[in-house]
Amino acid sequence: MPFLHLQNVDYSYPSGESDYITALRSVNITVERGEFVALVGCNGSGKSTLARLCNGLIVPDGGEVTVDGMPTSDKSALYDIRKKIGVVFQNPDNQTVTTVVEDDVAFGPENLGLPPAEIRERVDRALRAVGMSEHAKSGPMRLSGGQKQRVAIAGVLAIKPELMVLDEATGMLDPDGRREVLDVVKKLNRDENMAVLMITHFMEEAAEADRIIILDRGSVVADGGRELFATPEVFTDAGLDLPVYVRVAQKLKARGMDIGCPLSARQFVTAVKARLDGDGGNV
Amino acid sequence: MRDMTIGQYYPASSPVHRADPRIKLVILVLYMVTVFFCDSFLSFGFMTFFVLVTVFMSRVPLLKVLKGLKFVLVIVLITTLLMMIFYTDVNAEPIAEWWIFRIYLNGVYAAVKLAWRLLLLILMPTVLTLTSTPTELCDGLESLLSPLKFIKFPVHELALIMSIALRLVPTLIEETDKIINAQKARGAAFESKNPFKKIKAMIPVLIPLFVSSFRRADDLADAMDSRCYRGAKGRTRMNKLKLRVGDVVALLGWCAITVCVLFLKYNWFGWGFIAAWGL
Repeated sequence: MPFLHLQNVDYSYPSGESDYITALRSVNITVERGEFVALVGCNGSGKSTLARLCNGLIVPDGGEVTVDGMPTSDKSALYDIRKKIGVVFQNPDNQTVTTVVEDDVAFGPENLGLPPAEIRERVDRALRAVGMSEHAKSGPMRLSGGQKQRVAIAGVLAIKPELMVLDEATGMLDPDGRREVLDVVKKLNRDENMAVLMITHFMEEAAEADRIIILDRGSVVADGGRELFATPEVFTDAGLDLPVYVRVAQKLKARGMDIGCPLSARQFVTAVKARLDGDGGNV
Repeated sequence: MRDMTIGQYYPASSPVHRADPRIKLVILVLYMVTVFFCDSFLSFGFMTFFVLVTVFMSRVPLLKVLKGLKFVLVIVLITTLLMMIFYTDVNAEPIAEWWIFRIYLNGVYAAVKLAWRLLLLILMPTVLTLTSTPTELCDGLESLLSPLKFIKFPVHELALIMSIALRLVPTLIEETDKIINAQKARGAAFESKNPFKKIKAMIPVLIPLFVSSFRRADDLADAMDSRCYRGAKGRTRMNKLKLRVGDVVALLGWCAITVCVLFLKYNWFGWGFIAAWGL
């Protein structure tokens, strides 16, 4: 049984007097333990709705969402579900509860009713994992956007969830902040074997995931590994931009220089270099 | 606008910083009551001495503490001036006279005492906020009020509301600045001399601020829900407040000071030196 399982999920929200807007239409998604999945889609594709469905902040109109076998429609299971799935939201300012970083990270474990010594240990560990130990005593207001979001991740991490959902957690950050957050998330996935469902519209971020799910106007249009980048149409049809190195590689291919499908700037450089060295540069 | 006095915490490592916030709050209340019992220069001097000792022990620069008085200085000056001018002493000759105003020696004394009392009343809360984080104060208050739980008073909720409110003050100030700039860019005029126009100009700032506050509240509630929050039920704390020997000593010390002040006021044994000094 998959860890997170969305089966034929429908969701619509009211708009105006009697109208409804369909946000999700018979969506089927599974996430296994330890996986790193990116969920991409442009604005209005239903990404954020999906994030809120995962831990039962909203309940689907049709179909079912189960976490480790527990349905989110069961109110008495919500607390246990939220122990297993942590969600990091877009705006770091709207996720901090207290005025001191370590107190904020402690908020989750405190809610779990753990003994003080264990809370302290979890908080220290979480802050170390996101590299914010030296800011433990400072106020969140003095931190940069990327640092604030790393604190928010630590706050979720301290609950020790098995799956972390990042709902456009890098959306309000500058490129440096995005890099910081992505590095931390990748490290957690690698070292702690924590499953990650990263909801984003930055293709460069999606390219780092093991699996990519593309959402377009409320439906899943593609679900697969990085080989998806080899068929760029699935992205462009969903209104998404490809990473710049993929676009350049495509242009090169059209001109007769096939370097495959690089998934990072580094891979791009190596592929081009290998190609140029091998062919003696006759493009 | 950024110059807010809430959250003016001055981080340092000192006995005053480390003291249990509950004890600090209790001492503050005791201190305030005691200041109202002060009525002679001797007792004012006595209290001031101990306030200065506390400031010294807290390792907060004295200037920083005095800066907290800046905002109330005008009020203190005005009340003192009024006190001096309108004090009438039928038993004494005025020491100065001008038009309808008569200034008496006792009036000057009373005015100085009033100013002194006001300053003492403001100094100690300033020291408290400089040496304790808002979280500590909320925790302390929650713990002190916890007996009220028995009459179904929502102590935990109140403390959480306070802590979130304090935490959002700087965020909302930042937001207000942004909205003001956005409205200025659209041609709004905030620099009017007319106070009514000035208030009216604030409406396009306040409405977006309200709307965004509600949105923030929604987001925050989602985030709290996602982090397993379900009220006070089964909740523990990372930093459990612990009463140490030093805290008890401090409390006893301040009790002793209160007794001394009461002694100076009522002079139960009729000691001559108190009567002689008791202006």
